[in-house]
Amino acid sequence: MASEAHAETLALREQFDTAAQQKDASTLGMWIFLITEVMFFGGLFLAYTVYRSLYPESFGLASSTLNEIIGAANTAVLLCSSFTMVLAVRAAQLGQRRTIMLFLVLTIILGLAFLGIKGFEWTEKFHEHHVPGPTFHLEGTAMQGQAQLFFSLYFAMTGLHALHMVVGCGIMFYLLWATYRGRYSAEYYTPVDVGGLYWHFVDIIWIFLFPLLYLIDRHLK
Amino acid sequence: MITEAVQGRETYLNASYGIKSWLFTKDHKRIGLLYLATITLFFFLGGAFATAIRLELLTPQGGLVSSDTYNKLFTMHGVAMIFFFLIPSIPATLGNFFLPMMIGARDLAFPRINLLSWYLLVIGGLFALFAMLVGGVDTGWTFYTPYSTTYSNTWVIATALGIFVAGFSSILTGLNFIVTVHRMRAPGMTWFRLPLFVWSHYATALIQVLGTPVLAVTIVLVFCERVFHIGIFDPALGGDPILFQHLFWFYSHPAVYIMVLPAMGVISELVSTFSRKPVFGYHFVAFASVAIAVLGFLVWGHHLFVSGQSLYAGMVFSFLSYFVAIPSAIKVFNWTATLYKGSISYATPMLYAFGFVGLFTIGGLTGLFVACLGIDVHVTDTYFVVAHFHYIMVGGAIMAYLGGLHYWWPKMTGRMYPEGWAKLSALVIFLGFNLTFFPQFILGYLGMPRRYHVYPPEFQVLHVLSTAGASVLAAGYVIPMAYFIWSLRYGKVASSNPWGATGLEWKTASPPPPHNFDETPVVTHEAYDYSTVMGEVIEVG
Repeated sequence: MASEAHAETLALREQFDTAAQQKDASTLGMWIFLITEVMFFGGLFLAYTVYRSLYPESFGLASSTLNEIIGAANTAVLLCSSFTMVLAVRAAQLGQRRTIMLFLVLTIILGLAFLGIKGFEWTEKFHEHHVPGPTFHLEGTAMQGQAQLFFSLYFAMTGLHALHMVVGCGIMFYLLWATYRGRYSAEYYTPVDVGGLYWHFVDIIWIFLFPLLYLIDRHLK
Repeated sequence: MITEAVQGRETYLNASYGIKSWLFTKDHKRIGLLYLATITLFFFLGGAFATAIRLELLTPQGGLVSSDTYNKLFTMHGVAMIFFFLIPSIPATLGNFFLPMMIGARDLAFPRINLLSWYLLVIGGLFALFAMLVGGVDTGWTFYTPYSTTYSNTWVIATALGIFVAGFSSILTGLNFIVTVHRMRAPGMTWFRLPLFVWSHYATALIQVLGTPVLAVTIVLVFCERVFHIGIFDPALGGDPILFQHLFWFYSHPAVYIMVLPAMGVISELVSTFSRKPVFGYHFVAFASVAIAVLGFLVWGHHLFVSGQSLYAGMVFSFLSYFVAIPSAIKVFNWTATLYKGSISYATPMLYAFGFVGLFTIGGLTGLFVACLGIDVHVTDTYFVVAHFHYIMVGGAIMAYLGGLHYWWPKMTGRMYPEGWAKLSALVIFLGFNLTFFPQFILGYLGMPRRYHVYPPEFQVLHVLSTAGASVLAAGYVIPMAYFIWSLRYGKVASSNPWGATGLEWKTASPPPPHNFDETPVVTHEAYDYSTVMGEVIEVG
């Protein structure tokens, strides 16, 4: 594998003239990809907005069964993972290989912790018959269909978010491996940078999901 | 074969050999050809379904196929033609091949992602093909709920998955084009020196990137609804089927501009080259592309005029739909003005360009009919609408696609196509197209609904005319297929610039070397500056 000194020249692909041009292109590419992700989740946010405005009572009631303490804890875990991700990028800028690896490992651990807590929540929903389907039942309302709609969107939104987290963890494992092989240096660390953008984006999606799903109409509780 | 024409010179075609050198290529030119082969397959598949539809409609009794089969035929015709031919058509073949060359780049910004996008189209196509082979799908290409989620007993999920996967192919192509135009332009190639083909592809890419993800998430929801019955689009559980229509058309109306904007880019190149004049009002034509892309996102509600959407929403969407006519008309007027006092030559690509301008104008003006609330109530779901969008998609997009294919064929293969046959087929296609679809305007206005195969006998004359036209049109499409293949071996060897055109793609050899240019070109002139090619000999006219 390439020694660090040659990493830059070897990583320059033939269609580019300069390393700066290549880095700009990769970064712009990731930003545009993130825009497509905004539109992708946008469809779900639209569906949520429509149904919440149609059925505010059912949505408030269904939302109040979610455990906001666990949700808040998971938000904290995810924010911490974004912090460690930033530190990994910073370490990459400084070319500190071991530090990059340390922070990538921490990011992965926090990401997996988030998924674990999410999985625990989903299991709880399963036991409480809050999973949409023939056995769905929510106490205290005659509008079972409307309540089920809330949980359909809850599972669709948190499920797709979790899928993005899994992909994110995959990217982190790749970066970890590539860092271990000495691919990155202070001159060339674009993949760490771009992977970080993706990680923060998935984090931000959750920042919108948490209040929308957990924190509406808390006073009803 | 082609190699004889370029003895001793390395081109993208002879740089390496073997099936692997194609399946793992990262060369945008080779990937363009892979796309060309793939979509040609889907074009003829969709054409076969169209043939069956037109044969069925010869007689009013509906004797050839059952109603269920007929439903599947028009659905699969739409799915094959829209998602697997028209959406990728010009951007993924001509765009892939020429966008990097036109801006003086060695390749797209992300060649591996470019190859991935082709594989995604193939995988999506295989899903759709599988669904068609094992039993088909009958929901209409629009997959309206709750029909697609609850009532249809056909292969909805396999088809929808195919479209989902192919959608990512489109997204990645768009992403690649945007980054390439931003970051890969040669020295001196400023934004307002870009050929208009590049501007229109940039606008197309914006739609691909912003619209397609919404279709993707809509398909995910349809999938969940159909498999788990979670109620998102099911009125019995509080869901709203109209929400599906909003989400679907938020993509699928702009998707029409994914098909026609690149076509407009091709026409700008053709009109300029064959009248040897810069495109009149370059800036207006460039910004008209972007305006169409932006306005295209604000008009989806005109597909919902009779779906129970509020009347006031309908009025706003109707008003905004009229707005799209402005940038479209700017383009048509500016192409016409470009012809004024030009040295016009009637080579085949120019014939297609003339065909495009005429047919697109008819398609566009009838678009104003259906954008008008009152008339739309009368013609909704009739053959008037069918004729309208075929004038845009077949009369517009496919005419431009074929025109572009003829225009750049010498560059792609190093061989000229036979001009006589090409002119003949252009004429046959133009006549066949009008005979097929003009009667459908009348049919629709008289009240013939779309998607029915049994109809009142008084409509038969017009249906027979339409089927006769379709036969002529089919012949028109087969002839180019034959002579393009013929030309690979027997065509006249093409020079690097047979049309005396100005774009950077003509400044390099035909077929181009693997990295397009022996050295990165430096651009010193505006686009379409014919003083730079005064000495070029024009070989065909």
